[in-house]
Amino acid sequence: MADPMRIRAQVAGDKATVRVLMSHEMETGLRKDAAGKAIPAWYIQEVSAKLNGKSVLTAEWGASVSKNPFLQFSVRGAKLGDKVAVTWKDNKGDTRTDEATVS
Amino acid sequence: MLNRRKMLSHSAQVATLLAGVGLLPRGAQAAYNAPAFEIKTMAELAKSLGGGTPTESKDVALTGPDIAENGAVVPIGVSTTLPGVKKLLLLVEENPSVLSAMFDVTDAVDANFSTRVKMGQSSNVYAVALMADGKVLFAQKEVKVTLGGCGG
Repeated sequence: MADPMRIRAQVAGDKATVRVLMSHEMETGLRKDAAGKAIPAWYIQEVSAKLNGKSVLTAEWGASVSKNPFLQFSVRGAKLGDKVAVTWKDNKGDTRTDEATVS
Repeated sequence: MLNRRKMLSHSAQVATLLAGVGLLPRGAQAAYNAPAFEIKTMAELAKSLGGGTPTESKDVALTGPDIAENGAVVPIGVSTTLPGVKKLLLLVEENPSVLSAMFDVTDAVDANFSTRVKMGQSSNVYAVALMADGKVLFAQKEVKVTLGGCGG
């Protein structure tokens, strides 16, 4: 199981700015190791976010997103105490969900 | 028992299916659109996602550095102020896979996303907005990379 994400959601007016830092290798499949063998691709393909259980964002990523990806977005109508959950799924089928409270 | 001929016809069917998936506009819950990440140019990508010819627009914004010292971590932001945007795409022209990220915009989020991408070399970066009426608008910016992000 992958390491937890770091999520911060801060209210700014009538929206909340959500910053997510995921922990993932994001291997493109194009790099080679010291022995010249290709390192298999391993990257996050799908990212989704929910506010209080309701889906607000889905995204699809390619291998060219940086290692330990960062994502920032704004959720409209989020209030203090609301729950923001972020889920990712990688090309090996591994998935992880973490939750944060809007502050 | 599968013989060679059956096998070939099966793969042809699968290929047709895949092409169909790429051509149809997809709902938010659909599975990962792998073919889109294989496409090499913005025009083809726009077409495969059901949009028209891309045109440059001032209403789409792309933020990023002029010079990135480390190509492994290039902070890029894509945004638009236009209503009726369906998807926001982030493209890096010289990367092996042009499409980096594709965001489905809903009413609940602002059409404004920031992330970090890898860049193998200096390249044009595009923010592309797919509108609900099929228009494709983009903004571009050249980012120079002093140290590539795809080497070992």
